[in-house]
Amino acid sequence: MDALIAQLQRQFRDYTISLYQQGFLDDQFTELKKLQDDGSPDFVAEVLTLFFEDCVKLISNMARALDKTTGAVDFSQVGASVHQLKGSSSSVGAKRVKALCVSFKEYCEAKNYEGCVRCLQQVDIEYKALKTKLQDMFNLEKQIIQAGGIVPQVDIN
Amino acid sequence: MAEVLLPRKMEIANDPSKFGSPDPLHVLAVDDSHVDRKFIERLLRVSSCKVTVVDSATRALQYLGLGVEEKSVGFEDLKVNLIMTDYSMPGMTGYELLKKIKESSAFRQVPVVIMSSENILPRIDRCLEEGAEDFLLKPVKLSDVKRLRDSLMKVEDLSFTKSIQKRELETENAYPVHSQLKRAKI
Repeated sequence: MDALIAQLQRQFRDYTISLYQQGFLDDQFTELKKLQDDGSPDFVAEVLTLFFEDCVKLISNMARALDKTTGAVDFSQVGASVHQLKGSSSSVGAKRVKALCVSFKEYCEAKNYEGCVRCLQQVDIEYKALKTKLQDMFNLEKQIIQAGGIVPQVDIN
Repeated sequence: MAEVLLPRKMEIANDPSKFGSPDPLHVLAVDDSHVDRKFIERLLRVSSCKVTVVDSATRALQYLGLGVEEKSVGFEDLKVNLIMTDYSMPGMTGYELLKKIKESSAFRQVPVVIMSSENILPRIDRCLEEGAEDFLLKPVKLSDVKRLRDSLMKVEDLSFTKSIQKRELETENAYPVHSQLKRAKI
C-alpha cells in the first residue's frame, strides 16, 4: 500500500508542478492552497467551482454582446464581462485565462470585432482545458486519500 | 562585582485572556464577484475575524440600516469594526458606498477599505480623500488582512493596552532597574 501511496504522491507532485510550468496556474493558486486546512478541506475546489460557473456565465454574456444579428455590437458590454472574468481568473490563479482577458480587453477598447471573436473562442477553450487539468489534479488527491495517504505540499520553487 | 537582582516583572498578559480577551473584529465585506466574496471571507476567517459578506453596495447599506427604507430599530447594537468593499460594482460603486458611510452619523467612524484590481492613481487618491482607510490591490493578500486586523485591534483595544502600560510603569517604579544596574557597575 505504501508503494502505491508513494507512487500516487509522486504523480500528484509532478502533475501539479507541470501545471505551473505550463502556465496554467500562478502564485495566486498557491495562496489559495495555503488557505485550505482540515477545517476547510474543500476550499480550493469550492472556489474553483465558482470560477468555472463564472466562466460559463460571462462567456455566454460576451457571446450575446458580440452577436451581430441582434444589432450593433456594444463593445463596452463585452468589455464589462471581460473585466469581470479577468478579475475572477486573477483571484484564483488561472494564469492563461487571465492573460487572454488582458488581450481581449484591448480588442474591446479598440472595438476590434475579429479580435474579440478570436479571444472569445480562445478563452472558451482555455477555461475548459484548465477545468480538465484541475479535475485530474483533484482526482489524484482523492486517490491518495483513498489509499490512506496524505496529499503532499508541493513546493513550486 | 555585585549581583544584580533583577525585578521579577509582573506576569502581565502574554496571556490577554487573563483580562478577558477582546471580541473578534466584525468585518462587513462587499463584492459583486462570487469568487472574490468566497476568497475575502476565507482570508478574514483565517485571520480570526467575524465576517458578514454581501453582494452589493445597496445590500451593504440595508445591512447597516442606511437603506432607502430607514429602519431605526435594532441597529444600535450592530457593531461593525471594518468595511471592505470592491470599487467596481454595478449599480452603486464602492466609492459611492464609501461616501454614504462617511455621511452617516452612525457609521462614519468605521474604517472603510477599498479593494480594486486596477492600480489607478486618481482613483486611489479620490478614495483616500473621501476618507478611505486604505486601498488594496486585488487579489488581496493574507498579509494585508492581518495588517489591517492588527492595526484595528490596537485601536479597539486602546483602553486594554493602556491598562497594561500603566501596570508596567508601576512595576518599574517599584523596582527601578536602571539605578540598580548603575550601582552594580563597580
